[in-house]
Amino acid sequence: MSVIEARGLVKSYGDLNAVDGIDFEVAAGESFGLLGPNGAGKSTTMRMIGGTSLRTAGTLTVLGMDPEVQGPDVRANLGVIPQQDNLDTELRCRENLITYGRYFGLPRAYLQQRADDLLAFAQLTEKANEKVDNLSGGMKRRLTIARGLINEPRILLLDEPTTGLDPQARHILWDRLFRLKEEGVTLVVTTHFMDEAEQLCDRLVVMDHGRIVAEGSPAQLIREHSTREVLEVRFGSDRNAAVVEQLADLAERIEVLPDRVLLYSADGEAALEHVRGRGLNPVTSLVRRSSLEDVFLRLTGRSLID
Amino acid sequence: MTDRAATPITLGTDSNRLAYTGRALAPSVQASITRRWGWWLYAEYRLINMRAYLQTILIRAIGLPLLYLSSMGLGLGNLVDAGAGGVDGVSYLVFVGPGLLVSSIVMEATGEFTFPVMSGFKWQKHYFAAAASPLTPAQIALGEVAAVGLRFIAETVIFWLALLLFGAVVSPASWLVVLIAPLAALAFGAPLLAFAATQTDEGTQFSFIQRFIVMPMFLFAGTFFPLTAMPWYLQWVGWVSPMWHGTQLARVVCYGMANPWWLTVVHMAVLVGCTAGGVWAAIRVFTRRLRR
Repeated sequence: MSVIEARGLVKSYGDLNAVDGIDFEVAAGESFGLLGPNGAGKSTTMRMIGGTSLRTAGTLTVLGMDPEVQGPDVRANLGVIPQQDNLDTELRCRENLITYGRYFGLPRAYLQQRADDLLAFAQLTEKANEKVDNLSGGMKRRLTIARGLINEPRILLLDEPTTGLDPQARHILWDRLFRLKEEGVTLVVTTHFMDEAEQLCDRLVVMDHGRIVAEGSPAQLIREHSTREVLEVRFGSDRNAAVVEQLADLAERIEVLPDRVLLYSADGEAALEHVRGRGLNPVTSLVRRSSLEDVFLRLTGRSLID
Repeated sequence: MTDRAATPITLGTDSNRLAYTGRALAPSVQASITRRWGWWLYAEYRLINMRAYLQTILIRAIGLPLLYLSSMGLGLGNLVDAGAGGVDGVSYLVFVGPGLLVSSIVMEATGEFTFPVMSGFKWQKHYFAAAASPLTPAQIALGEVAAVGLRFIAETVIFWLALLLFGAVVSPASWLVVLIAPLAALAFGAPLLAFAATQTDEGTQFSFIQRFIVMPMFLFAGTFFPLTAMPWYLQWVGWVSPMWHGTQLARVVCYGMANPWWLTVVHMAVLVGCTAGGVWAAIRVFTRRLRR
């Protein structure tokens, strides 16, 4: 049974269609990812789910309710973790959780207990009485996630949960999110980190220019849009382009980048043997499994989006 | 939904369970509480948030009346009373006291309805945090006005006590300033809130407001001398200033200043009208900005 259902969802700002007619469903307990480069329409989609952005066209229901009509009811079921932490930096950690919980009309007695539980979950118990100003980026992020759980939401919306964090902080955060997933919370995650999507998402859609360009589980997407393995070879930047013709029959698809050549092939080692067999000795070579990143770049292109 | 509802969690059996302990109110109950009380729930947050700079608030609230009343009321008052025998039939202290009270509360509005609003939309973004909860943008705007209004009431009480202490109050109805001054402050502050909410850059306009609107209002809107003491072509400054309308009402209740009844009604109407119009505009701007 789906908890979120979008049909022909459109959001326009003037002439620009930030979201350009997308359809998707999220099932209860599922961990669903919205992937895409900056400006693909991920955050706008998230805001429409919470009813804090009004759609231009299409239908959208959350737990069977229209967020524009029954906003308070929809948002009472949501935990929202925005892209940018918007904690009250002058208040202490615990006060941040309690004051936010009051927005949901929750009684103080419940919130005192809940705040302590969530601080423990976010590994911030020792920081309970610390002002938010004094926390590290990772701690602030965990506090924002804890705040999003204050009302025991059925659905958690995470907008780029780990952007700007160091690897240690990211792994702690993934671990916490994974626990929520195990408990059956529905997660909706936007990200442009492929490892994050592979870690957290059961199913995802790739968005580009406001449209959905692919949909499936990470493994499915790799199968459909890439090969099993990728061979990366470097011949030196002046030779890369010159040798490509001699490699053409060795892979399903070849991509020439300024610094290296990528050969998409089911068997990377075999392809490498053939390359060497033709007397083309690459300076360096690397055989690896195809990743979601290959899918992403194939679908949304390699040019910079600012 | 059949997910977790089907496996009820017994309280205390799994303390590690976080997402869904079942102790929170049902979402529909949360929503119905916030539908009625959302404005107050936001005001509650703002009052707690003000605790962060409570010291500054208290020092101002106690220090300002003492400074104003001793310098203007007693110091300048001695000269005025010796030279002109008071103003409007009372001593200068009694005349200027209500004016100082109203104008200093109105000026507090400039601080509270400018940079904190900019911060809510731009720097700390706490309006967006609140808008992601069941609260509506209208409730957030109303809560902002309610919290600051309560603060004005508290500050007015302190100033009024200072007036009593200085013997600047002669009428038993003077306690009504506790309502008049905050109303005058909101008549200026609510439109300012709506304006501040439209600002998207760094708030340089706010110092313009301070210099070219608030200061002239303070100097020329009848705080230190009756409006009629100014040439006729400057008197409009008073008529368009909530500060003047508030000051006149405060004088009526503090020492029984003679004022035609219709003019008292006009003062009230201007203050209530500006407040209501400002709140209406603020709700519109908040809604537009938090529901993009």
